[in-house]
Parts: sequence; structure tokens; C-alpha cells
Amino acid sequence: MKRNLITGAVAASAIMAATGAYADKASDTLNVAFTKELENVDSYFNSSREGVVMQRAVWDGLIYRDPSTNEYIGNLATEWNWIDDLTLELKLREGVKFHNGEPFNADDVVYTVNFVADEANGVKTQRNVNWMKSAEKIDDYTVRIHLKNPFPAAVEFLSGPVSIYPNEYYAEAGPTGMGLKPVGTGPYKVVSVEPGKHFVLEKNENYHDSPKGQPTIGKIDIRTIPDVNTQMAELFGGTLDLIWQVPADQSEKLAEMGQFTVANESTMRIGYLTMDAAGRTGNADNPFADVRVRRAVNHAIDREGLVKALLKGKSQVVYSACFPSQFGCSQDVAEYEYDPEKAKALLAEAGYPDGFKTEFYAYRDREYAEAIASFLNAVGIETDFKMLQYSALRELRMSSGTPISFQTWGSYSINDTSAITSQFFKHGSLDDTRDDEVKEWLDIADRATDPEKRKEYYAKALQKIADQAYWAPMFSYNTNYVFTKDVEYTPTADEVLRFHAMTWK
Amino acid sequence: MIKFILKRLGLALLVALTVSAISFSLLFMSGDPAAAIAGETASGEDIEAIRRIYGFDRPVLVQYWEWLLGALQGNFGESYYFKLPVADLIAERLSITMTLGVCGITFALVTAVPLGVAAAMRPNSLIDRAALLLSVMGQAMPSFWFGLILIVIFSIQLGLLPPSGSSTPIHFIMPTIVLGYYAMPAIMRLTRAGMLEVLSSDYIRTARAKGASEVRVMFRHALRNAIIPVVSLAAVQMGFMLGGSIVVESIFALHGAGYLAWESIGRNDLPTVQALILVFSGFYIVFTFLADVLNAWLDPRMRTA
Repeated sequence: MKRNLITGAVAASAIMAATGAYADKASDTLNVAFTKELENVDSYFNSSREGVVMQRAVWDGLIYRDPSTNEYIGNLATEWNWIDDLTLELKLREGVKFHNGEPFNADDVVYTVNFVADEANGVKTQRNVNWMKSAEKIDDYTVRIHLKNPFPAAVEFLSGPVSIYPNEYYAEAGPTGMGLKPVGTGPYKVVSVEPGKHFVLEKNENYHDSPKGQPTIGKIDIRTIPDVNTQMAELFGGTLDLIWQVPADQSEKLAEMGQFTVANESTMRIGYLTMDAAGRTGNADNPFADVRVRRAVNHAIDREGLVKALLKGKSQVVYSACFPSQFGCSQDVAEYEYDPEKAKALLAEAGYPDGFKTEFYAYRDREYAEAIASFLNAVGIETDFKMLQYSALRELRMSSGTPISFQTWGSYSINDTSAITSQFFKHGSLDDTRDDEVKEWLDIADRATDPEKRKEYYAKALQKIADQAYWAPMFSYNTNYVFTKDVEYTPTADEVLRFHAMTWK
Repeated sequence: MIKFILKRLGLALLVALTVSAISFSLLFMSGDPAAAIAGETASGEDIEAIRRIYGFDRPVLVQYWEWLLGALQGNFGESYYFKLPVADLIAERLSITMTLGVCGITFALVTAVPLGVAAAMRPNSLIDRAALLLSVMGQAMPSFWFGLILIVIFSIQLGLLPPSGSSTPIHFIMPTIVLGYYAMPAIMRLTRAGMLEVLSSDYIRTARAKGASEVRVMFRHALRNAIIPVVSLAAVQMGFMLGGSIVVESIFALHGAGYLAWESIGRNDLPTVQALILVFSGFYIVFTFLADVLNAWLDPRMRTA
């Protein structure tokens, strides 16, 4: 009797799982889970990954970067030209309509740019917009965007975080209204928003001839489920069709079961150690001021081992202080192979034959940080391990620096070296090195409009950074996408879920 | 009595004020709110801009004073992240937490008190042992694990209950059990201990000698006295459930006030955290007060105090 009951239960659950999955395909609804709460859908007022996913679904940028070829293609703009270093002129696509029926034209671009560029409006992701000074309407379908300083990465930003809002609606609704009832031109329109909890999107039947391609899945139902285990339970139960950012160990188990598609793709985030080369901590004895110590740190870490044992998937070993696909991210730099003996010899040469003791800071991925610390311990660098909240560590690094810390940077999915190397080596508050020469080269590369010149100067800067071992770049991150066999999807290397690229099998 | 209540109210206000002042300064000490708002990808200059825009560059005392003035007028400000009035946000989330808390404590009381009485009636019997086992398990099992086990059994294998969400009453069944089960052992043990103590007292012997029925002795004479500390404990547990159901809310994706508090602290959303702390401390104050009143009703000797 008891056995019958259990068999019955298992059979019932199997049937439920099966019908659940079919039901979703039949009802043309893709059920997706977010792990973190997306508080405000208005993409200028959140800085989260979930926000980027929604932004790409609901809105369009003027330009589009093909995630596989990294080629720039017109989206809401059809062509663009630099009038001079500070002025970009764009011709706009005609006949596009926002989800609320408002026609798209130059007024929308001008309003959006002027709104977000005005610091007083409090856009949260300042760096995405603060390179723009203003926008100007030339005619109904021609605009000029004026820059504060020469900024060759403008095209990349216009294809990424800068999306165009409807002027009349946004003027009335503001960020709060836009967050509750978003209106864009994108492949999906928003049907309902329960802030932080639940979002329902519907296919935009009148989507323009965009390089994103036409959406095919009718409805996207997104729920925030903070616990990964609950997400997996729902996936098994058939009430979810797609989850992402699944930890490596769980993805492996799911892949072994064969019931779901497990796809792994790299992200732009890299993990690195930064060391107090400039002596900002003011410690009397600062071993990291010595290039030999910094090189020793670089030699002490088994990058391959970290990738194989912990990060797994499509993570790669990184030696240059940027993500390989980024424009200007030269790979022609010094590579420090894993060699603990060499590390010890370098330490001895620097006057630390018995190693030394140092504080070691980290803010995320404790397991990676601990593994890295143990590599340092193995060559005699004794670490006093300190795990801090992100904002606390950041504040400490800004005010007085740290001797050595494990940091990561995702470049906000911007495929340009200026989004990472220039952020940290231009004497900003998080620059632990303060190298004048590196800053000068980066300044040239950031402002030059000639791509070859940019490449040349980024390469120079990156070579010196590697040569001086200012950082110990280690690896890139990856993320796991798990979805039912009904779904066809190829993730891209920028950790953005693209609903419009998903189809039913 | 009125004087007593007024005194208690004044004290409660002072407690709330102190709690809010401490939490405000703690939030500033724990991390830079501007850095949290600007997000991980912001540069130092971006953070400075955010600091100016949101006014974090002013002295903490000034900021606290501003917040307090607003709060006194019922204006708790706007969440930095949701861009919504904090009052609306909390009202929405609180209804979920309240439902969960009331269900949880009811479940705990309804199961724990009868079990405690039964265990006390026959100490060291099978039922006493079984109750002990149950309570040890409840105390020892972490709720995140227990919650997942329930999900595996009732959602995946049996397909009876929805694993997450809060749209229907059925969604609250598993969270109620998990939250209630955690509070159950303490209530049960306290009921049992109280009953044992009361049952050995003289007036029970007198009641029995009078020829009162066992049911009357148990519930009219014994339980009424034994339950007094249980009421106080349940009140504290209730306060705990309203503020501390974070784990349960997170497992079952309930998005209640507890989870909101946890998330808001992480991202230094000052207006939301401040208002939530005020609400939570308010709950503790109200529930302890209610417990006193209830105890006074149960035990006439306490009414004069």
C-alpha cells in the first residue's frame, strides 16, 4: 500500500512536470526567475543586472551592437557621423512607434538625453550618461548629441545603457511612473509591474525592423525568487522555464540529469588583485611598493587551478587588466606563470625571505577569495583575511586604500577598455598605483577618435600595468543558464538575457 | 490605570526614538549610502555626484533631524531604489508579513499548547517523549532546510502546494508551518513546565477534592495559571515573526516586510530601513503591552500592578 502511494506520487509528479512544461509552451508563456529584486524598472534608476535585462527587452538604443560579431548596427538611428570630436550627428529611423502609440522622433531623443544628462535629475548610473552634455534637434529625424569631452566610447554607450524614452509620457510620468508602467519601443511591452516582485511582458506585435530581430515568444512572466533552491524546485515542478546565474556545482548536477538544457557563457566580469603600489595605506613597511613583491604575488596564483576547480564553465585565465573582448584590450602583455618557487625567490630578493604578514580584503565570492589567500600563504605571504560589505570596502579603499584586495569588475557590459582600465588607473579614488605615465597614455586612448591610435595607447598602458604587476588579473567570470528542453536560446557573453532571441522548439 | 498606560506610552515613544536614532547612525557607519546607490560599476566621481544629489554630504545629525521632522508629520520619504513612497511600499509588504505572522503564531499555539498540556498530564509517558522529540526537531532544524524539504515533498513530489509566491491563501500553508514550527518548541516546553508546576500545587488538589471533573481541573484551574508566561512568550515570538521571518519569506518568495528590510539594509536604502525599524520596534512595544493586558485579564492579581 505504502509503496503504491509513493510510486503514485512520483508518477503524478512526473506527469505534472511534463504537462506543466507543455502547458507553458501551449500558452506561449515563458516563466523566468530573477534572484534579486529589481526595484525600479526605469533603467536610469537602477544599477542591477536584472535592470539591464528589462532595459534590452522594453527599450531600444539609438545604435545596436551585435553580441556575436561586436559590430555596430543602427537601431533607432540609421546612421551616425562625428561632426567633430564633441558632436555626434544621428539620422533617426522613421515610422517607429512607442508602446503607447506615441510616434518616435527627434523630440524623444532630445528630451531623453537632456533629462538624463542633467545631474539634478539624479540618474543613478551616472557614468552611463555623464559624458553627454546635451542634445539638439536639427529636424524631425536628425539630432546632434553634444559631448562634454572627446569620448570615442560614445557609440558603445549609445548601443548599451542609453535607451530612448517617449518625451511626452516621460515628462508626465517621471522615473516613478516609468518604473510602474514602462513605455518603450522595444521588442516587449510591459503588461504589469509589481515593484520588485513580478513583471509580465508581452510581445510587441508592431516591433520595427530592428537588428535585435523580432520577438517570437508571446508572454514573458518574471518572478523574483531569492532562493536558488526554490528556483530549482519550481523548474522541476514545471512552474519555471528558465533560470540563470545558477551556481556552478548545481548546474553540473542539473546537466547530469539531462532533463534541462544547461548553457554556460562567459561574462565581462573579471577578478583581480589590486596592490598598494602607491603606498596609499601609509603603512611604515609596505612590501607592495616593491615590484618584485607584486610579481611574486602574480607568480603565486594558480589561475588555471582556480578556473578549473571553482569558476568552471567558460571562464578564462586573464593576464591583461581588462576583459579580452573589449576594444583595446591588448593581450600582448607579460604573463606570470604559476611558479611558487619563483615567487618565493622574488620575495627573498625583495628582502622578505620568510615572507610577511598583510591584511587581505574581499567583498564577494568568499570561496574564491579564500583560495587566492591560501595561494599567497603557500609562498609565505601570511594573510589576515577580511571580508567586508561592498560599500564598506569601497569606502575604505577610497579613503585610505588597502594593502591588497580581491576585486571584480563587470564593466557594465561595455565592450571597451575605457570601461575598466581607465576607471582604475587614472588617479581616481580607487587607483592604488597612481602611475603618471599610465594615466597619460590612457587619457590619449580615451579621447582619440582614431581607433588605431586608441589601440596603440591602451596597449602601452596595459603592457606597463602588467610589467609593473600593479594588478594580478586572474580570471573572467561565467554564468549558467538552465532552461527546459522546450526553449531554444544561445546566451551571449555579456550576461544579458535576451527574451527576443528565445524561441520555442 | 490610565496613568499607567500613559506612562507606558511615553516610554514606548522614547524607545522608538532611541531605536531610530541608533539605527540611523549605524547605517551611516556600516557603509557609504552613496556608494551603495551608485552601484558596483560607479566611479569615484559618480559616487560624489550621487552624494551631492541625495544630500549625503551634510552632517548626519542634520539628515536625521530632517528625517525625524518628516516622520513626525507622517512623511517617511521615498525609497531611493523603488522611487515609491516608503509608506505605500511598507503597507503593501507588511500585509504579507502580518498574514504570515498571525498564521504562524496561531499554528504554533494551536499545536504547542495542547501538546504541552498532554505531555504534562502524563510526564515521561510515550506522548511526553513524542512531544519532546517533536520540539527538539523543531529547534534543531534550520528553517531554510525544513522549508525546502516541504517544497520537495508537497510541491515537487505530490504536486499539492505551490512552492512560492503569495497570491492565494494556499500559498501561505507551507510558510506558516515552517515559521510556526520554529516557535512551537519553546511554547510547548513552557506550557508543559507551567502545567507540571501548577498541577502539583495545593489548589489543584483542592479542586480535585471538591470533585471537579478532570477536564475542568485541567482547563479551568491549571491551564489558566500555567498559560500566563506562555502569553508573554507568544507575544515576543509574534514580534520576532513579524520582523524576523526573513528566511521563510526568502525561501517561499513571499516578499514581505522582513525580506524588504533585509534587502534594504544591504543596499543602504535609508528611508525604507528607518521606517521599517520604526514599524518593527512598534510591534515589539505593542505586543509586550498587549501581553501585559492579556495577563492582567487572565490573572486578576496583575491588574493592580
